Amino acid sequence: MKVGPAALSCCCLLVQVLGLALFLRGFFPVPVRSQSRKSSMSEVPAEPRAGTASNWTRPPAALFQRAVVLLIDALRQDFVFGAKGREHMPYITQLMERGATLSFIAKATAPTVTMPRIKALMTGSIPGFIDIVMNLNSHELVEDNLMWQAKQTGKRVVFYGDDTWIKLFPKHFVESDGTTSFFVSDFTEVDDNVTRHLDDVLKRNDWDVLVLHYLGLDHIGHLTGPHSHLIGPKLYEMDLVLKKIHSALISKDEEASLPSLIVVCGDHGMSEAGSHGGSSDEEVQTPLILISSPFQNKAGTLKEPEMIQQTDLAPTLAVGLGLPIPIGSLGMLLPAAVQHKSMREQLRFFHLNGYQLSNLLRENLKAYEKDDGVEQFKKAEKLHANWIKLYLEGNTSEVLTNLGRKLLRQYLEALQKLSSSLSKQVAEYDIYSMTVGAIVTLEMFFLLLLGIPSALSSQSQFDVPLASPVCSLFFYMTCLVLAAVHVIVCTSAENHCFFCSLSWMMAMGILGFIAALLCILLSVLATIIAKHKPSNEKTNSSMSAWSELDLLLLVGTLGHVFSMGASSFIEEEHQTWYFLVNTLCLVLSQDMCRKYFLVRKRDKMTLPDAARGAQEDVYISDLYDARKMELREERLSILERFIKDNEKWIALMSPGVILLCCRLLRPINQTGIQWVHRSDFGHWLTSSDHKAELSFLVGICLVMIFILIQGKCSLVSKAALLFGLLGVYCYRAAVGHVLYPWQQNTKEITKGITEARFVYIFVLGILISGVKDLLKAHVMRTDSTARIVGLWEVYSGLILLAALLFRPHNLVVLVFCLLIQIILTMFVWKALKYDAAQITIMHYWFGQAFFFFQGNSNTISTVDVSAGFVGLENYMELPAVLLTAFVTYSGPFLWAVHLLCYLSGETNKTPTAVAHGCYCYAILRCLPVTVYILLVTGLRYHLFIWSVFSPKLLYEVLHLVVSAGVCLMFTVVDKNQVASSDV
Amino acid sequence: MMDEAELRRLSAGHILCGLAVVVSLGVPPFLFEDFSLLGSHLTWLCVCSACVITVNVLLLLTLKPNPSTKRSSFTHKVNKLYRTCLYFFVSCLLFHGIIVLYGAPLVESVGETFLFAVLLSSFTTSRCLCILGPNFHAWIRVFSKDGAMSVWDHSLQITTFCSIVGAWLGAFPIPLDWDRPWQVWPISCSLGATFGYVAGLLLAPFWIYWNRKRLTYKSR
Ligand SMILES: [Zn+2]
Ligand SMILES: [Zn+2]
Repeated sequence: MKVGPAALSCCCLLVQVLGLALFLRGFFPVPVRSQSRKSSMSEVPAEPRAGTASNWTRPPAALFQRAVVLLIDALRQDFVFGAKGREHMPYITQLMERGATLSFIAKATAPTVTMPRIKALMTGSIPGFIDIVMNLNSHELVEDNLMWQAKQTGKRVVFYGDDTWIKLFPKHFVESDGTTSFFVSDFTEVDDNVTRHLDDVLKRNDWDVLVLHYLGLDHIGHLTGPHSHLIGPKLYEMDLVLKKIHSALISKDEEASLPSLIVVCGDHGMSEAGSHGGSSDEEVQTPLILISSPFQNKAGTLKEPEMIQQTDLAPTLAVGLGLPIPIGSLGMLLPAAVQHKSMREQLRFFHLNGYQLSNLLRENLKAYEKDDGVEQFKKAEKLHANWIKLYLEGNTSEVLTNLGRKLLRQYLEALQKLSSSLSKQVAEYDIYSMTVGAIVTLEMFFLLLLGIPSALSSQSQFDVPLASPVCSLFFYMTCLVLAAVHVIVCTSAENHCFFCSLSWMMAMGILGFIAALLCILLSVLATIIAKHKPSNEKTNSSMSAWSELDLLLLVGTLGHVFSMGASSFIEEEHQTWYFLVNTLCLVLSQDMCRKYFLVRKRDKMTLPDAARGAQEDVYISDLYDARKMELREERLSILERFIKDNEKWIALMSPGVILLCCRLLRPINQTGIQWVHRSDFGHWLTSSDHKAELSFLVGICLVMIFILIQGKCSLVSKAALLFGLLGVYCYRAAVGHVLYPWQQNTKEITKGITEARFVYIFVLGILISGVKDLLKAHVMRTDSTARIVGLWEVYSGLILLAALLFRPHNLVVLVFCLLIQIILTMFVWKALKYDAAQITIMHYWFGQAFFFFQGNSNTISTVDVSAGFVGLENYMELPAVLLTAFVTYSGPFLWAVHLLCYLSGETNKTPTAVAHGCYCYAILRCLPVTVYILLVTGLRYHLFIWSVFSPKLLYEVLHLVVSAGVCLMFTVVDKNQVASSDV
Repeated sequence: MMDEAELRRLSAGHILCGLAVVVSLGVPPFLFEDFSLLGSHLTWLCVCSACVITVNVLLLLTLKPNPSTKRSSFTHKVNKLYRTCLYFFVSCLLFHGIIVLYGAPLVESVGETFLFAVLLSSFTTSRCLCILGPNFHAWIRVFSKDGAMSVWDHSLQITTFCSIVGAWLGAFPIPLDWDRPWQVWPISCSLGATFGYVAGLLLAPFWIYWNRKRLTYKSR
């Protein structure tokens, strides 16, 4: 069967998307959770009993009157336990020496970012990677957590500090004051904002839980690193805060019946560079200190703190405050925290913890009964019942105490096993699904690769030997082998595997598809080898004819692909693309120099040096004089004539101008990890002090956008564009980004829904008119101008949409994008004749660079979720996701659509340009994805797999989906084009 | 035809150029206190550029790779010298501009960037100026595809290309999070350029020798 390259590449990408979906399903296991449910007091189990009924059926009472959680952001373990702590935190050191405390080193899990860490502390669960992505939109924490439980049982919670808490737990606090961590350079005010409430709240008695989240230390770390001289004073300040709280609570303890508890902890550590997010020891290990008077009797010398998990805090706090343990918690109660209670109470607490863990395991593991931890817990529960029976019978001998101690140890062991098998659930890969997905992806990639020679030839047709699998023995053999492997894998695997849980027919269909593809690949390979054997020398000679540009394009593309094996290069991927685009511009300018300074080089070779230069100049000026004369004849506008007159110099300058634009774009949005905290122009503009400047800039940008894209549109869409851009300004003014020039005092800020919908209407209008033009071109068959106008209208509609959705300062990026595109088409590609493949690669590179210019990075945090709410009353899944995806990928997408416009405009020269472009685009996108999933599979136990590699994987896959859409557009236009060129 | 004697002179010149780099590494420790390549990198950049330029000028005077018309007046010579210096300065500025366009900070560490540009200029432009003279058209000829007309032209092509590619590759380790002292701007780039330059110097005679059959130069 013969197919065009565009259709082939489109199909390949679509199938690859399916393959990748399967791969992702295996790579991101569904996390341990029981999202919607929350545990309640009535579900708390009674004490185990045998025969006689226990009188303890109600949930246990609280151990502490009130609790203060002092969370110091980025408090690293050695800031308290190390030399720094001894020097700068005298009070806490003294407390630890006196034995009034329990100190631990709590290990956080990656990603060590504040928000997931707060979740871990409050829910006791490990937020899976996919959790973070899924919860991007819903800010409120829906899982069972301590704050919710506290509110439910009528505890009054007061909160001061990082406003992430208020987003996570809205309406949970009786009193709160959030500070934003937006300005990293501020490290006094953020903390003063918290401390100023302290005196007042400590005097009062109308609260039960006080949460304080101090941000200053984190900011100092980001700015100057963990060894800065600012760290010491900050630690001392924190020490003073603790002293204040502690002395206030001690005086309260005297009146109250129950003691109070202070928890000092960090959410994550700080790397040697001062940042966090990864999983190095410095980032992961945080101190956890529990201070309360009952701990005092367990005095002793200052010993090494015990290593625990951060998730252990949640059950401990829950027990301490008399709340049910959050249902999704993986943590285990810290035995030291309840040691001062009676044996019966201690046993009861551990029973509750074990009961909760085994329930959680039952929801997440099929072979739950066989689990070692569950068996031990069951045994311990029985012993516990017997112990209670003895206890209630009044037995108070030494034996009972010893028995209790033994039982306690048994509980602890069971808890440990339960907890570890639960955390294993989180981190298990489904290798079989991953393999199947990867094979499909790989086969599609090889099909595209093998198709290059025939698809990029002048007739541009690819012969897919569909018949080959049907009548070959090899196909049936492969099918059989695959089926056998499937059966063996699925029967032997203990854990649940997604691909095995598919229906029987479906799995066999996929396996048959894989086998058929394999046959097709082999037969294509055979024909290629048969064809190319005699002409081996030809390829050698064609290699030496490669220009520097070709070499750069090849080296750059491959170099980028292989750079993705290093986590730093993924974090700083923008640097790679800026670097490559810069080099590309330099090579372009070299080509340009060659073209304009070395006309007819061959003829001049024989002339001596000095004479040649002079003659060349004469020659060139002759040539241009003649051209100028020609042009004067035509009637042109002044601008166009100026351009034509100085074509040479403008063309020579244009790569330089592009370079300059790229350099100017860089500091608008700092992205990546290492240099992200450098001040950037975008933050400066969006801060409220510079509203006037921003308004001016937005106005200028909107005018520029109109000037740059109106040229090729029809009159109607020009008008629509004008109104649309006006609407964009009104929208910005309504949401409070910019000011109206005629209205100095700001009126109340709205969501700008009317204005945004007004713009949407114009976007739709322009898009529909563009599509209509395209259809007209298809029906009329001869009208190629209608098609160009149609495509351009679609393009300008998309630009208008981007102008509406972008962050206000990113309009500058959009203007520069249009400017560079115009310079490239008007001067560079006119002067230098490149083929469709080269132009496609260059467009792709620029698209990638613009992905980062607009402020994206390879971490999830830079996704601009707010774009999904523009013009919507409330959150609606589908439009929000589509709009967010559009904004995120608008750089690559707009460049691809522009490529389509350009290539189909060139149609009179090469009718296959669109098809070739599409094919190259597909390969360019396919190559990194395919290599990347192999890399990720190899690196799946890497330290940074969750913090660096997984977000990148999601970005890559989504980009592939977007590209599949682009290829679909190419295919439709190509069909259209082929149809009209046939006539 | 291939000129064996010319090639030998070229190799000698290359060895001298290479020695200039070695001298810049070996001699400063005796002159300055606590000199180290990484610690006092700026000093090294100055010293290395100066050495390389000196050797290039010496080579110009002794080997005379590009025998020009003998009877040139004194004013002509002064004019030529003036233009040479001007070209060199312009090339430093141009390199500085390109480096900034590549993302080097505009305001902070201007000194480092400029000295790096000077180093690159002394590896590339100063050689061109010595061998080809301040003749823009000759430059364009040499640096266009198959425009080389002598072993010297080829050597220029190769060393310039190698130095620039070396500097280009030297930028790659900068984003890595290894926190090594040589990742500091512009150390890795200047080291890369130096490695490239030395490699080019060593490579060029061999490459020309291997390809001597293919390279037939037109008689001058
Ligand atoms: Zn934090
Ligand atoms: Zn931070």
